[in-house]
Amino acid sequence: MSSLSLPRRSTKPHRAIPRSLQGWLLPIALVVAWELLSRLGLVAPNLLPAPTTVLQTILVIARSGELFRHVGITLYRVVLGFGIGTLVATVLGALTGYSRTAHAYLDPLLQALRNIPSIAWVPLFILWLGIYESSKVTLIAVGVFFPVYLNLMSGIQGVDRKLVEVGKIYRLSQLQLVRRVFLPATLPAYLVGLRNGLGLGWMFVVAAELMGASQGLGYLLIDGQTTGRPAVIIASIVLFALLGKLTDSGLSAVSQRLLYWQDSYGAG
Amino acid sequence: MSFSSRTVSPATSQSPSLSQDVVVALRDINLHFGNGAQQVEALRSINLDLVAGDFVCVLGSSGCGKTSLLRVLAGYQPPTAGAVYIDGKSHSAPNAAVGVVFQRPNLLPWLSIADNVGFGPKMQGEPDFTLRQRVAHYLDLVGLSDASQRLPHQLSGGMQQRAAIARTLAANPRVVLMDEPFGALDALTRESMQLHLRKIWQQTQKTIFFITHDVEEALILATRIVVMHAHPGRIVQQIPNPFRDVLDHMSTTELRTMPEFVRLRQQLIAGIHSVESG
Repeated sequence: MSSLSLPRRSTKPHRAIPRSLQGWLLPIALVVAWELLSRLGLVAPNLLPAPTTVLQTILVIARSGELFRHVGITLYRVVLGFGIGTLVATVLGALTGYSRTAHAYLDPLLQALRNIPSIAWVPLFILWLGIYESSKVTLIAVGVFFPVYLNLMSGIQGVDRKLVEVGKIYRLSQLQLVRRVFLPATLPAYLVGLRNGLGLGWMFVVAAELMGASQGLGYLLIDGQTTGRPAVIIASIVLFALLGKLTDSGLSAVSQRLLYWQDSYGAG
Repeated sequence: MSFSSRTVSPATSQSPSLSQDVVVALRDINLHFGNGAQQVEALRSINLDLVAGDFVCVLGSSGCGKTSLLRVLAGYQPPTAGAVYIDGKSHSAPNAAVGVVFQRPNLLPWLSIADNVGFGPKMQGEPDFTLRQRVAHYLDLVGLSDASQRLPHQLSGGMQQRAAIARTLAANPRVVLMDEPFGALDALTRESMQLHLRKIWQQTQKTIFFITHDVEEALILATRIVVMHAHPGRIVQQIPNPFRDVLDHMSTTELRTMPEFVRLRQQLIAGIHSVESG
């Protein structure tokens, strides 16, 4: 028996799917099922159009040149808001992480502000800054600010005391200590903060554009809703997912390059 | 008891500035923590001299104040009374004259081994050319030339500690303090590290102040052994190590079987644990 079953086992035609493709399996199956259900008329096309219809819609908007305008303005808002939020968070986070005095004065206020849901600022921002770009970029910047600030601050506070002592033994100046010890030691936490911040940036750009915009992917969402075109809505969602994933992958790649020295489980 | 072996350090009775040889002089060091009823006397009237090329091992059970003594000597901890002199000059804050090797290597994880070894001199602005030579020299001294471009986490614990020793030596201190540097290593690695350190010491003729609770380690490494007791932390015994040169022509296995070695080892172990004060 065993002599029969052995060769059969070794000539088994297919092995497990490569790890890099495993994540694709479920989404592809879902899209195929969705397409089939739509084609068979089991899903109402005015509620959930088929994937091919969505793709067609994207191509149509792209061909008219509108797509690039919408994507462009949304990207612009995210990048600008992310930049401003990160800049302010970096300055304040470095300050409150490094200096106990600054921490005592600033951190309680910032922690209190953090507890306000960022969307709650929208009416005030619109009142102060108008309904155009400033209020949108500010909202995104506020969203980006907190994760970057928190991660940087706690990252600095969590720097291994012994490594700081090494710096002191070799009589590093304050500036050298920051550059040679604190900066590299804080980098992992800071990059996690940036990635979280970027994710929130994308979230808040949708919120900002839903509130009132004449351009951008968020506007496209609302436009699809008011004109009763679900394909446009889904197309916008897909584009948001795509752009979010792309920017996050970019940041993730940068992180991995900068943190090559880490001895982590995932690095293997 | 503690006065019987003073002849080993010739300058004890003189002012530290009068003797050329004395690298480190500890004078009447007292150290108290806390105050009132909670006050702890960590160190009481510590007097100790290290002459150039001395390898002093401080033996004591945990809590006897040997690490407090090292911290005072390094300049991390100001003593309540007394003073530390290095080359006759008062020493009260960490500086380049004193190098410290801790129980953990504390290498900067983002720098290669070579960059870690050269870290101190580089921060002091040493030009690249001489820095590279210096790093190569000390990597060679600790046997890590082949690992120079690797990252700390890619090295074994023993190799990391050797890199830490090279880093300390590369800053060219007058005296090197070591706080149980091999305490975190396994027994086999520890013994090879001890022999390695002995060679490094013979080649560099550094003055070394070495803390341990391992009597055999002290007998393998030291030129002089200092025994401390706790409550309050104080020196109860100072003896020259009679086996200081034996390992030049004998293996550690042979050394361990010498009756004199076994006897002194037993004496020291008893000495560490005896409660009555000297």
